[in-house]
Formats: sequence, structure tokens, C-alpha cells
Amino acid sequence: MNGQQIELNEEGYMKNPAQWSKEWAHQIAGEYEITLTDKHFEVLNWLREKQAEGVALNIRKVGKSGIVDIKQFYALFPGGPLKVSSRIAGIPKPVSCV
Amino acid sequence: MMANKLHKALNHKEWRITIVDRDEQHYYQPGFLFIPFGIYQPEDVVKPKANFLPKGVDFKIAEIDKINSSENEVTLTNGLTIPYDILVIATGTVPVPEETPGLKGKLWYKDIFDFYTYEGTTALAKKLKDWKGGKLVINLAETIIKCPVAPLEFAFLADAYFTEKGMRDKVEISYVTPLSGAFTKPKATAMLSKLLDEKGIKVIPDFYLEKVDEDRKVLVSYDELEVPFDLLVSVPVNKGDELIERSDMGDEDGLNFIPTDKETLKSKKFDNVFIIGDATNVPASKAGSVAHFEGEVLIENILSYIAGQPLEAKFDGHSNCFIETGFGKASLIDFNYTTEPLPGVYPWPVVGPMGLLKVTRANHYGKLMFKWVYWHMLLTGKKLPVSGHMSMAGKVTA
Repeated sequence: MNGQQIELNEEGYMKNPAQWSKEWAHQIAGEYEITLTDKHFEVLNWLREKQAEGVALNIRKVGKSGIVDIKQFYALFPGGPLKVSSRIAGIPKPVSCV
Repeated sequence: MMANKLHKALNHKEWRITIVDRDEQHYYQPGFLFIPFGIYQPEDVVKPKANFLPKGVDFKIAEIDKINSSENEVTLTNGLTIPYDILVIATGTVPVPEETPGLKGKLWYKDIFDFYTYEGTTALAKKLKDWKGGKLVINLAETIIKCPVAPLEFAFLADAYFTEKGMRDKVEISYVTPLSGAFTKPKATAMLSKLLDEKGIKVIPDFYLEKVDEDRKVLVSYDELEVPFDLLVSVPVNKGDELIERSDMGDEDGLNFIPTDKETLKSKKFDNVFIIGDATNVPASKAGSVAHFEGEVLIENILSYIAGQPLEAKFDGHSNCFIETGFGKASLIDFNYTTEPLPGVYPWPVVGPMGLLKVTRANHYGKLMFKWVYWHMLLTGKKLPVSGHMSMAGKVTA
């Protein structure tokens, strides 16, 4: 993108969150037929901040973020909201601890 | 387990061990799975805790009101305060059906049951005896749950139970999960999905439960998908003890699990507070085997802390789970923070005798034998003949 080689894993998640850009976010969101709004970006930025702090993310934590509740999170990123939003946010796929 | 290990390791002239517990009875929780199917009876899984504690340990049956970590003291609800030099927290996790609207309502213990509690599993055993069949739905309300393979085992055992009763054709079994598949780790998911398919158990993935519509007997997800049920076996949201919330020690997701260093098992906030088992927020399974392997690391680190040395013992996330698959067979998985469950043999290379990611009779006997090991070795803090750290010996990586 813009002459820059973006490294992805086999599932299409960005390997280096520092390569992320808004342009990238719009492009990936398009694959899911999502048009990004300011609210989307608030969530994406929060996810990126928490990921950088080393927080293990889950849907419940997003619901407690003060930005969206779980229902709104699903409405913004239909399907698997954490998987989809993480991909758009340029952070690794969240792992469930089993 | 920790009281036994510490009692053995510490100088009794210098140290006094107090254990505070609200319950006099100890439950063999892995046995809860077998009760609904009549494989174990309720009396098989309960013993008094006092039987497993060494002499010289002060055993207090009491409810804790609060941990005041900055004051190094624990306050009991009876007003008594216990000061400490070192605190080990092992408050575990409990299912909280109240977190989901409609779950613990008028259908609770009539058409909706849990099986992770003594009350739930014994009530479900009675229900299954005369149940005439219909839609049996097994649902996980959250991804972080105690013994993550138990709901799968429940599905397999239910398939075997209704087959043996000659009524499998009258029961439709669905496994409804917020995960993207039967399990999180790819190789184990592939093996388990195949098995579920062979047994005619339908998997409904990516279903994150918002509420139960009691009148229509339907599960409703946050994205408004619906799954109808006649009998719901629920794994409610799991939370750490309320005491952790009262003590303001929980993680930011509000689930009351304590922020813990995933290697040293020390609290992220307090140097003299250590956490073991389901009470931690470390990214390992909430399972008995994990608590056991953590115990080996924790005793070393507590002794290092006392000696003023750096905490050098590191927990690697080692988890080891038998998976009952019904008809007298079971599978086995062994993994840690970084290595997913792999095929092979366990615990010894070549001879096994147990098979990893395979369905065998030896694994089933291993699981049954584990009850004896649990009561006689684990609780009393004895070392098992298997490594605390995950070993690659016997595993096939290709």
C-alpha cells in the first residue's frame, strides 16, 4: 500500500501494528462491507492502545470500554466483531485462552 | 495443595500457616461431569477438607469480607482481622447465571441446568432420567470458562447416554459456542469437529449469548440470532469470587480475575501476594492440571521471595486435559502458552501408554484413575511422575 510492503499472517492479520493507517482500515473494512465512521475509529484506536499495552482483549472488555456496549460493538462490526475489528485495527487476531 | 507444600518446606518455628475457607467440604469437580449420566454418584465427589490438611495448619472456616493488600491483612465477615506476611489467593471461579437475563429465571432447574455445581449436576441427573427427548442445547455463555473441554465431553457423553438408552433418534444435540469452532487451537479443533460430526452433534459457532427468552425457550445472541431448546445445559458466565471485586483486585473486564504475572504467578500489584489456579487472569486453561503445575512453580517462587532472591521459577502455561468421548473411550491433550495440542503419546515417548489427540480406551482409564491421583496425591501436594513443564517428548510435530 502506497509503495509500502505490508506483512500479513496467513489469516490476513497485520504482523506489525506500526504499519497501520486509516487508508488501510478503510480498505479492509470494505471487504466486510463496512463503511467506517468516527465511532468505528474510536473503537479501533482503543483496541490499538490496549493491544500496545499488552492487554489480552475480549468482547466483554470492549463492552466495558465506555465507547460502545456489546450490542453496539456487534452493530458496528457484524459477524465476529472482535475478529473483524482487530483485522481492521491492524492488530493480531485475539486468542481465546483455552 | 499449597498448604501441604508450604508446610513441608517452611521452618515451623518461623512461619505459621493459616488457611481460610468458607466451605468445610472439598468437591472433586472433575467428577461433576459424570453425575448426570449416573457414572458417578453424588457421594463419590465430596470429602471433608480437614482430611487433606497437615497438622499444625490453622484451618478457619469463615467468609472473607475483604483483602486489604496495602495493609497486609484479610478481614473476615465476623469482624476478625488476619495479618499476613505472604498471601496466596486460590479463590477460583464460579458460574454466575445471573449475568445473563432469563437464564436463572422460571426455567432454572426445570428446563435449564448447569453442571459445574454440585446442585446443578445432581438436579440434571434427575431430569435426564425421565426426559423424553427433544432439542438438547449445550451453550457456553462466555469464552473464559473453567475446564474448557468439559462442555464438549458433556456432548459426547450425552450422545452415548441416549444411544445406550435406545432413544438417540429422539434427541437433537446442538453445541452452541461463542468460539469460532469446537475449540480454539487448530489441531485439536479439527480432531474434535470430526468427532462431533461423526456423533451427529451440530456445532453452532460464533454465538455470543445476550439473553434467554424464557417464554419461547430460545437463546438469543447479541446479533439477534436465535437457537430454540427443549432442554438447555448452560455453562454460564464464569467470574472470580465476589471477594475480589469487594477488594478491588480484579481485571478491567469486570470478571474478577486477578492481574497476575503469567510466569512467576505473583500479583502485578503486590510483591507479597501470589495467585494460583482459576483466580488468576493468566492466559492458560482454568483447569485442575494447570493449578497443579502452577503449584510446582509457586512453591519455588515463594521460597525465593522469603530468601530475598529473584523469582526464577517460570510457569509455561502447561495444561493437560482428558476429554471423555463416550462409550468407554477418551482423548488427551497436552499444551502450553506457546505450543498447541499435538498428536503423539503421553507421558513417555514410544510406550505412552496414553495417546494424544487420539480416542482410546487407555485414555479413558487414565481419566478414571485420575480421581485416585487427585485425592491421594494432588491435594496433599505430592509430586507426580510427570513434568510440571510441558515436554515435547512423545509429541509429533510434523
